[in-house]
Amino acid sequence: MPTSTEPGRPDPQTNTLSPGHDGRPVSDRGDTVCVIGAGASGLTAVKNLTEHGFGVDCYERETGVGGAWNWRHDRSPVYASTHLISSRPFTQFPDFPMPDHWPDYPHHRQLLSYFERYADHFDLRRHIWFGTEVVRVEPVDDDRWDVTTRSTGGYGPERTSRYAAVVVANGHNWSPKLPRYEGLEQFRGEVMHASSYKDSAQLRGKRVLVVGAGNTGCDIAVEAAQQASRCWHSTRRGYWYAPKYVFGRPADQVNDLLLALRVPLRVRQWLYHRTLRLTVGDLTRFGLPKPDHRVYETHLIANSLLVYHVGHGAITPVPDIERLHPHSVELTDGRQIDPELVVFATGYLPRFEFLDGKILGDDEGVGRPRLWLNALVPDHPTLAVTGLLQPDSGIFPLAHWQAVLFARLLQTRASAPQRAAAFAARVRAGAGERYSGQVKDSTRHWFEVGHADYLRALERALRELESK
Amino acid sequence: MRSWEWARPVRPVRREVLSAVPELEEGRPPLLFVPGFGHGAWAYAEHWLGHVAARGFGAHAVSLRGHGGSDPAPEATLRAYAHDVVQVAASLPRQAVLVGHGAGALVVAHALARYPARAAVLVAPVWGDWVTFGAALRRNPFGTVPAVFGAGLRLHRRQLFSRELPDADAQRHAARLGRAGRRAQWQLLTGADPEPAVGDPPVLVLGSPDDRVVPAAALTRAARRYGSAPLLFPGMGHDLMLDARWREPIDAILDWLVKDPARDDLG
Repeated sequence: MPTSTEPGRPDPQTNTLSPGHDGRPVSDRGDTVCVIGAGASGLTAVKNLTEHGFGVDCYERETGVGGAWNWRHDRSPVYASTHLISSRPFTQFPDFPMPDHWPDYPHHRQLLSYFERYADHFDLRRHIWFGTEVVRVEPVDDDRWDVTTRSTGGYGPERTSRYAAVVVANGHNWSPKLPRYEGLEQFRGEVMHASSYKDSAQLRGKRVLVVGAGNTGCDIAVEAAQQASRCWHSTRRGYWYAPKYVFGRPADQVNDLLLALRVPLRVRQWLYHRTLRLTVGDLTRFGLPKPDHRVYETHLIANSLLVYHVGHGAITPVPDIERLHPHSVELTDGRQIDPELVVFATGYLPRFEFLDGKILGDDEGVGRPRLWLNALVPDHPTLAVTGLLQPDSGIFPLAHWQAVLFARLLQTRASAPQRAAAFAARVRAGAGERYSGQVKDSTRHWFEVGHADYLRALERALRELESK
Repeated sequence: MRSWEWARPVRPVRREVLSAVPELEEGRPPLLFVPGFGHGAWAYAEHWLGHVAARGFGAHAVSLRGHGGSDPAPEATLRAYAHDVVQVAASLPRQAVLVGHGAGALVVAHALARYPARAAVLVAPVWGDWVTFGAALRRNPFGTVPAVFGAGLRLHRRQLFSRELPDADAQRHAARLGRAGRRAQWQLLTGADPEPAVGDPPVLVLGSPDDRVVPAAALTRAARRYGSAPLLFPGMGHDLMLDARWREPIDAILDWLVKDPARDDLG
C-alpha cells in the first residue's frame, strides 16, 4: 500500500479507451469520482468520498493542499495577518478537531498546517494530482462526466477522463470583483484589489483609502491605521461591528448558546443591540454612519479593533466614492481626499470557467448558480458544488456535511435508484432556497447562510435520503 | 447541530501521552490505548506498548484528564474524556485504531462518534449498565456504595487481577490506581448511549468470562451492539493488560488488525 510519506501520484487504472465525442480518446475511470480543488472543501470531499468507499481523483492546480489558505498559492487571498473570524469549534472539521491548546481564533498559517495534517492523517494525498488544472467538464450520457485536464500553466497535452460524478470545490474567493467608478483609469495613484494585498509593509507611510467594509476591508483599514500615514475607510452603509469577545467568551460561542436555547431572532437582535450599546456605544459619535439594517441582516463583521482605531482618530470613516480625479478622490458628500493608494476590498465573485453556466442553472450568465442547499444541481444528480457558502460562522463543517450528503446520495443511487430519483425531484423543487433570515440583496450575500438554519436543512436532507 | 458543544468547548488540559514507536515505519496504523477509570497510561506502558511497537505498530497511550500524569480535573465528564481521546487521536500522524479498556471502552465508543477511527477494540468494556453495577455491588460493596455518593470508585485487586499474578505485582498496580471524576462515574449509569460511530469502523470486543468487574452477559451485549461476538480469554482478571498472561489478548488484537478482511490494506 502507498504510504502517506510519498507524495506520489495516483496511478490511473485506465480500464477502457473509448473515443470521446470529438474523436479524442477518453479514459474511463469507472465509478471513480472527480474532485476539483484540494482546498478545505476539496479535501473534506476526498476524505468523505473515500470513507464511503468511492475511488477519488482530485485535481489541484497548485502544488500543495489548502487552497485559499495556502499563502504560497498565487490565487490565495490571505495576507500576513489573516486570522480566523469564527472561533475554533465552528471552524474545525467535525471529526478532526484542532488542537485545543490553539488560540480561539487561529492564524492562517495554523490553519494551513491543520489542512496539511488532515490530508496526511487520512492519507488523502495519494488521491490528489497536484499541478493539474481542469480545463473542461462536460456532461455525457448516463449522468457521467468527461473531465479534461492539463498541467497548470497550459503545457503538456490535455487528457480526458470519464467519471461517475464530479464535485466542484474550486473556491469562490479568488476572482476579484472590482466595482466601476468614474475616472478610475485616470487616477494617478496606486490602485490594488485586496487579493493582491499581502503585507502591511505595502501600506507603510502612505496615505491610504480602503474601500469596502467586509471583514477584509476592516482588517486592512486596521493595519493601515497602524502603518499608513493617513487612513480613510469608505463604506456604502453603516455596519454593525461585532467584537470578537463578549462576556469573556468568543462572541460566536455566546451567540450559539442563545441558538441552543432557541432564543428567537428578534430577541437575539435586541440583546445584541443592547450589548453593543453598553460596551462600544453609539458609533455615529465617531462619524460612522448609522446602520440602516438590524444586526444579522448583513454578513457579520467580526472586528474589535476597527472601532478602537476610529476612536483614536487613526481611521477616518468616509462615505462611498463618487468619482476619481487624477490626483484626488471625490466622495458622495462632496469632500475631496488625496490618497496615494486605494485598496479595493470589494470582494470576490465565484467563477466556474471550466463549466457551462447553464449546467449550474445560471441562465442569465451573471455568475450566480441556482442550487439546492447551495450544493446540489437540479437535473444533474451526479454533480455537486461544495464550499460555495458565505456562512455567519466557519465554513469547513458545512463543507464537510455537504460532502457527506453527496457521498450518501451517490451510495443511494447505486443501492436504491427510486429513492435517489425521489431525492432528485426534491433537489429540483428546492433549488434556489435560502438559509438565512432577511438579508440585503447584493452579490455579497448571494451565498449567505445562517449556519444553524443551513445545518438543520442539511440534516433534514440526510434524514430524507435515508428514510424514504 | 451541536450548538451546546460549540458554545461550551471542553476546557483544554495538558495530557500525558506515553508512546512506543517501531524502529521502522511500515505504514501500519498507530494504536491509541485508552485506560479505564482509575488507570493511567502507565497500565499499558507496563507490557503492551513495547510489545505492540515490537510488532511494527506505533503504540500510544493517553491518561484521561485527572488520571496518571495528566492535569487534575475533578469535575470531568465523559464528554471531556472523549474529547481527550479525540484530541490525541487527531494529533497522531495517521488515522488511528482506538483501544479502550473498562470504562475507557465507553469513552472510546463516545469518541468514535467524533472521530472516524481506522478500527476500534473494546477490551472488557464497562458499559455502565445496571447489571454491571449490580455485580460491582455484590462483589465489592464497600468500594461501590460510596461511589454512588460521589466518592472514588474503589476496586479490589482481586477484582482486577487473576490469581496467577504474583501478589506483590498486584499490590503494586493496585496502589497506582486513581479515581475518575464523580460526574463521569455517575454518567456511567445515567449518561446517554454513545452516538453511532462515524466512518463505520470495524469493532472488536474482547474480555474474560472470569472478569470480576464485567459479567460475561455484558460482554456479549456490548459485542452485539457492533454485530459481533466477544473474543474470550478465560482465567484472566479485568485488567487484561497487567495480568500474568497479558501477551495473549494483545496478540489477538494485532492479529485481528492484520487479518481483518474488511480492512485488508492494514497489513
